[in-house]
Amino acid sequence: MSAPSRIAARFAALRAEGRAGLVTFVTAGDPDAATSLAILRGLPAAGADVIELGMPFTDPMADGPAIQAAGLRALKAGATLRRTLDLVTAFRQEDQSTPIILMGYYNPIYSFGVDRFLTAALEAGVDGLIVVDLPPEEDAELCLPALAKGVSFIRLATPTTDDRRLPAVLANTSGFVYYVSITGITGAGSAEAGDIAAAVARLRRHTDLPVAVGFGINSPERAAAVARVADAAVVGSAIVSRIAAGLDGAGMPGPGLVEDVLGFVRRLADGVREARRV
Amino acid sequence: MVAPPTGEGRLPPAIGSCLVTNIPQQPLNTYRSGPDEHGHFGIYGGRFVAETLMPLILDLEKAYGEARRDPAFADELRYYLTHYVGRPNPLYFAERLTARLGGAKIYMKRDELNHTGAHKINNCIGQILLARRMGKRRIIAETGAGQHGVATATVAALFGLPCTVYMGAVDVERQKPNVFRMKLLGAEVVPVESGARTLKDAMNEALRDWVTNVEDTFYIIGTVAGPHPYPAMVRDFQSVIGNEVREQMMAAEGRLPDTLVAAIGGGSNAMGLFHPFLDDPGVQMIGVEAGGYGLHDIHSHAASLTGGRPGVLHGNRTYLLQDEDGQIIEGHSISAGLDYPGVGPEHAWLRDVGRVRYEAVTDKEALDAFQLLARTEGILPALEPSHALAQVVKEAPKLPADHLIVMNLCGRGDKDIFAVAEKLGVAL
Repeated sequence: MSAPSRIAARFAALRAEGRAGLVTFVTAGDPDAATSLAILRGLPAAGADVIELGMPFTDPMADGPAIQAAGLRALKAGATLRRTLDLVTAFRQEDQSTPIILMGYYNPIYSFGVDRFLTAALEAGVDGLIVVDLPPEEDAELCLPALAKGVSFIRLATPTTDDRRLPAVLANTSGFVYYVSITGITGAGSAEAGDIAAAVARLRRHTDLPVAVGFGINSPERAAAVARVADAAVVGSAIVSRIAAGLDGAGMPGPGLVEDVLGFVRRLADGVREARRV
Repeated sequence: MVAPPTGEGRLPPAIGSCLVTNIPQQPLNTYRSGPDEHGHFGIYGGRFVAETLMPLILDLEKAYGEARRDPAFADELRYYLTHYVGRPNPLYFAERLTARLGGAKIYMKRDELNHTGAHKINNCIGQILLARRMGKRRIIAETGAGQHGVATATVAALFGLPCTVYMGAVDVERQKPNVFRMKLLGAEVVPVESGARTLKDAMNEALRDWVTNVEDTFYIIGTVAGPHPYPAMVRDFQSVIGNEVREQMMAAEGRLPDTLVAAIGGGSNAMGLFHPFLDDPGVQMIGVEAGGYGLHDIHSHAASLTGGRPGVLHGNRTYLLQDEDGQIIEGHSISAGLDYPGVGPEHAWLRDVGRVRYEAVTDKEALDAFQLLARTEGILPALEPSHALAQVVKEAPKLPADHLIVMNLCGRGDKDIFAVAEKLGVAL
């Protein structure tokens, strides 16, 4: 199966099931490579429909404390962009159908080399990219080369993206659109369900792509509320916080960490799956 | 091959590790037309920010463009620069230092005599006037050593706007007098505990605040870096330095200077001095970075241009201190004001096209220069311009007596006496 079609196939399957998807975010290599791979491998069975994998960066300007800390933990444990791709390669040995989206900031990719990175990402089995600090104004950097190679470029739309700007934001977006439901950083406050519904409806007037909603979704209940109005709910900081909570005093993963994280993902998935069966 | 002055069209992004940095064979027609409409100086600059901020950046660009063309804005700016900041400040002939070094004739632009003791206020006045024009009701800023924080808190007090300053927790500890100054001026100082807890993290945190408070907040960036239009806007506000030098040197010597020297952290005082002279081929320019303990180790200096490589951080492409994986490295310098892992994108471009020469000076050389100026001219310079001075000490003796050097004395040294005492082994 070629890379971009994994995303399309997954959203088509979700539509056929008549439900929304659960998109889970974890940072690659958090708290270490082995634990991170164990979590990653367990995510599909726990109910993750799409996996966002954070590429650690020293200066994550749009992230709140939970994801900042996750990135620093991973870097301290030796994470690099190359090792993030290795993690995807290892995951793909067991799972050929769950889309993987790499999410992060541009500098490590720029440093790696855009073409070299895209080739390596495709080889590893990456389906899409979310790069926070590449707005449409900088599409020539990575978005257009990624699309040319068949890697989806998933754009963030925000409450500040008005109708005038929205077409530009959507123009080169592929895979799905990620609606950032608040003005703020990851893990901060939550938007009102009514506001989210209105925002999703607005996006749907401009695009046929699936709309995923994230930022501030921290419980099965909130995930369910979003699943009622959007094509997918994205949960990041809340999952990453479970990882932090499972570390011992020395920052080493405690015995129940992986199972606790996956248990939380199962509850989120249950919330999402129940949402439309009213 | 000659690079186009404004980066017409867009050059493809370079692979960081093998960037071509050819010195052009012949000079460009103009070095002063950048940035282009996308905010690029050659391949540098740009608008690498989260989507949430993009509409604000575009609003700011539009508002600044209108303000630039409005004579009333220029009048207002001039009024405050004259009556509040104390401009023009002198271009001072350092006669004893000149005799001591025994070569070129050394002039000093006395930006340390500005209100708040540094060049930072030139920019803060400009930006807060723009913030008022845009109807913004809240000011935020980042600060390293605290000079930009103090200047921002000062103008916020002047105009009665609430002000929040982000400062790395490590710097809050190192720079207690400036923290107290900001508080006296009514600002809230937020110690930043994330990342390495220094200037770059303060800038991250200010961006996080801005992304959260998009409606009412104006972010006053303190140097010629950040997303377009900040590098151009801050440069324009700081260009008052070079414009005054031009007039003052014509009055003093009847001609333009031969060499300009300025310290570079983010690069705002240097950009302000250099920019008005970029198209005068007879004027050489030297930007002086913080060499820390030396350039042998990426962790031991803060010299992005002489010891870093191109990357993307804080909204722009520029030279950065970074490891092989593109992770940002903390700079080191005796001067907290130079201790930033990036540099303004226009400097990055001027470096690549060869119009400005960039050098690095060590902590020790800067400390020696600090003491030299204190004893020969009775001026305590800040540690930042002490770096520029250390370069002047190297250059001047090799030059003839009719060679005119202008060094930007961009800040006063009162804030640094504790750090200097410690280095000299003196208990206060």
